[in-house]
Amino acid sequence: MSLESILAQFRDPDAARALAAAIRTRSTRPARLMEFCGGHTHAILRFGIPSLLPETVDLRSGPGCPVCVTAAGDLDRAIALAQVPDVILTTFGDMIRVPGSRLSLAQAKAQGADVRVVYSPLDALRIAQETPARPVIFLGVGFETTAPMVASTVLAAEAAGVRNFTVFSTHKLTPPATRAILAAGEVALDGIIGPGHVTTVIGAAAWRFLPQEYAIPCAIAGFEPLDLLRAILSLVEMVEQGRADVTNTYARSVRLEGNAPALAALERVFEVADVEWRGFGVVPASGLALREAYARFDAARAFPVDVPPAKELPGCRCGEVLRGVLLPTECALFARVCTPQNPTGPCMVSAEGACAAYYRYGERI
Amino acid sequence: MCLGIPGKVIEIDDTPLMRMGKVDFGGIVREVCLGYVPEVELGDYVIVHAGFAISQLDETEAFETIRLMQEVGMLGEEATPV
Ligand code: SF4
Repeated sequence: MSLESILAQFRDPDAARALAAAIRTRSTRPARLMEFCGGHTHAILRFGIPSLLPETVDLRSGPGCPVCVTAAGDLDRAIALAQVPDVILTTFGDMIRVPGSRLSLAQAKAQGADVRVVYSPLDALRIAQETPARPVIFLGVGFETTAPMVASTVLAAEAAGVRNFTVFSTHKLTPPATRAILAAGEVALDGIIGPGHVTTVIGAAAWRFLPQEYAIPCAIAGFEPLDLLRAILSLVEMVEQGRADVTNTYARSVRLEGNAPALAALERVFEVADVEWRGFGVVPASGLALREAYARFDAARAFPVDVPPAKELPGCRCGEVLRGVLLPTECALFARVCTPQNPTGPCMVSAEGACAAYYRYGERI
Repeated sequence: MCLGIPGKVIEIDDTPLMRMGKVDFGGIVREVCLGYVPEVELGDYVIVHAGFAISQLDETEAFETIRLMQEVGMLGEEATPV
C-alpha cells in the first residue's frame, strides 16, 4: 500500500465510528477537554466530531489562533510600519483583514500602503533582494511552528548580506498561554489536546508540565478525524482512570525531543520576552523578541513608530472566546452582525479562528 | 497558521546557504526548505509548514497506527505515555 492511501485511511468513516463508539463506551465522567490549536477546532467541526461524542465529553477551543491572539496594539504598530514611506510590509494572508483600532492592513493598503501577502518568510526575503532600494518588513505572526522559519530567514538574510530586510516579531509561545488559562482557573479543564505541529517543533516532552504541575492529561494530536478521535479516547481513558500523562497520538510527525535544527535556529535569533496577548494581557515569558546580536533585523528598532493607545473592538468578545470561557455562539454579534464577509473581530477573520469555524460548520454542531 | 501538509520529496538541492528541494503535494510541486530535516532522502515524505519541512513523516508509525486500528477496531487505548 502506498503512503498516500495509508494517509487517506486517517479519514475512514467506519474507523471513525468505531473509535467514537469506544469513546462512548469508556466515558462515564464529565470530561471538559480543550484543543489548544485553532487548526484542531476547524478540523473537529469540519468533520462533525462533536456529533459523534457522548454528552460527557465537552470540547472547548483555546487560544491557538496566532492572528486572533495578536494584541490590538501590535497590529496598530504593524499598520503604522506599513505606512512608513517606501516600506513594503509582508505578512501571511490572514493578518490583512483583521480590524485594528482604527483600520486594518487591507484598508491601509487601499490608502496607498504597500502591503503584500506571502506564503513563506523566504518569499519576503526574496522581495527584499529584488527591491534593494526599499525597506522590506516581515510581520512575523505565529507560534513555535512558524518562529523558526522567521529565524532561519533572518540567518539567510545575514549570510546573503541583505540590508533592507527586517522582522516585526509578534511571535508567541504556546506552553505559557496554556499555563495562563490553567492559572486563571476561569474554566475547569480535565484534559488538553496538544497542538500537533507546534509539538513537532518543541517536542512532546515540552508538555510534561501539564501532568506534573497541574495533574492534567495531555494527548498530542494530528489533524485528521482519526487522529483527533484517538487523542480524545486517550484523554477519556486517563480521566476515567484518574491518571495524568502526556500521550502522543501523532507519532508519525511528533518526536519526544522535537526538531533540533528548528529549535537551534529559533534559539539563535530570538530570546524569550514578556508579551501581550489579546484576551490575556501581558503574559510573562510568553513571546519572542530578536536578540541584541540581530538588532539590525528588528523592525521595531529600525522604525520607531508612535501609535495612539489601542481601542477595543466594540462588542467583540474574542478575548473570552480565546480563554475558552465563552462559546462563539454566545457572543451577541455572532452571525447577526459579525460574519466572515464582514468580521467584527479577529476570531471571525482567521482561518483558525473559533468564531469562523463555528460560523462555517455551525449546522453540524 | 500551524497548517502542515504532507508531501513527497522529489528533488534535493544542497545549496551552500540552505538545504532546499522540491516537494510534490498530490500533483502540486513547491520549492521547500529542507534545512530542518537533514536526514531526508529522495522519495521520503515530509510535513511542510510555510515553505519549510518540519518533520520527516514516519511511515512505519503511519502504517502501524492503521494496522492496529484494523486489528483492534479502535485506537487510543494503546497510546503509551511519553
Ligand atoms: S463573533 Fe465576532 S464579534 Fe463575537 S467574539 Fe467572535 S469575532 Fe468577536
